[in-house]
Amino acid sequence: MQNILEVKNLSKKYKGFELKNVSFNLQKGMIMGLIGENGAGKTTTIKAILNIINSDDGNIKIFNLEMKENEKQIKEDIGVVLDDSFLSDYLNAIDINKVMKNIYQRWDENLYFKYIEEFKLPKDKIIKEYSSGMKMKLKITVALSHNPKLLILDEPTSGLDPIARNEILDILQEFIQDEEKAVLVSSHITSDLEHIADYITFISNGKIIFTKTRDELIDNYGIVKCSKEEFKKIKPKDFIKYKKNKYEYEILIENKNEFKKKYKIDVIDKATIEDIMIIYIKGEK
Amino acid sequence: MDIIISNSSDTPIYEQIKEQIKNKIVSNEIKAGELLPSIRSLAKDLRISVITTKNAYEALENEGYVETIPAKGTYVSNKNIKLIREEQLQKIEGLIDTAVAIAKISNISKKEIQDMLDIIYEEE
Repeated sequence: MQNILEVKNLSKKYKGFELKNVSFNLQKGMIMGLIGENGAGKTTTIKAILNIINSDDGNIKIFNLEMKENEKQIKEDIGVVLDDSFLSDYLNAIDINKVMKNIYQRWDENLYFKYIEEFKLPKDKIIKEYSSGMKMKLKITVALSHNPKLLILDEPTSGLDPIARNEILDILQEFIQDEEKAVLVSSHITSDLEHIADYITFISNGKIIFTKTRDELIDNYGIVKCSKEEFKKIKPKDFIKYKKNKYEYEILIENKNEFKKKYKIDVIDKATIEDIMIIYIKGEK
Repeated sequence: MDIIISNSSDTPIYEQIKEQIKNKIVSNEIKAGELLPSIRSLAKDLRISVITTKNAYEALENEGYVETIPAKGTYVSNKNIKLIREEQLQKIEGLIDTAVAIAKISNISKKEIQDMLDIIYEEE
């Protein structure tokens, strides 16, 4: 399948933080969730992809074009939702349409108002009076209304209640009904991505830990819980990392079924993305 | 068509979908030649990832229950319905063999087994 986004060896050095050789590919028709703790480098990665910050090294290709040389053209086809609001609080949805018409060549006002209706956003209220859920839906509406092929969202669900989060996930799934399109979405609310993301890219401390399909992670990974004595019998090559708690050892394993064949240990739970993240970051090997 | 997914089950989601669609094909609830929902729309309606749905359809295809025609969609396979029926018949024959063997050891008559079969079949 064709890549819509290729990130290769992206690096950026700040005082006290470094993005190191970040690489991953996103295929057409897919949703990729970018997960990681606060400060892991999710936003930096997204901003570097969009050329909002200058990377020190690395290469970004979007729609098979070099980002640095074709930025203007590429950006016409990307919808972006970033944390920092770019909309004035004192505008209403009608005003925003007027502003955006001048910014994007391919701004589709019918589409914009179609989404406004669909998401039940009041047209005459100023944004200041919107709830956080409504604000986010408006931002996404703006991102969608020039018919982008790639949607990049930084933490679109953070601070929202479960109902609003659900609605946002619906929008993302609706977007990729067209298999020419793709979504890159960062979130620290991993349960949001656990269902709908096709790929999970895990970034920690500026480095990519892995990119895997949702099914590989959820169907195969497991958390073994056992005593110290039992833990000692497990060969290091059979687990990824472990975490010593007060009453038990928690061990992250890559393949539940194979592990079960090798060891007689009673408690082997399914691993959620959150479990995987925690043991990767807090665990030892 | 009902497809019920449990997130807490140990059975992977793709397998849950595969088994449920398979059962519907075997029971003739979905008929040969019928078009299944597209991978993307099914993923959306079940709120699961596209790859999970794709995995389910691929497993069904590997087992011969469905066929995918590029740019058209996934259809319930025609040619394998007979094969599936054949497999089911063989399974039944095996089970009846066991039942008859038990009956013979225990001196249970053919008539008794037939009556039992009638009752059990009607119950369903």
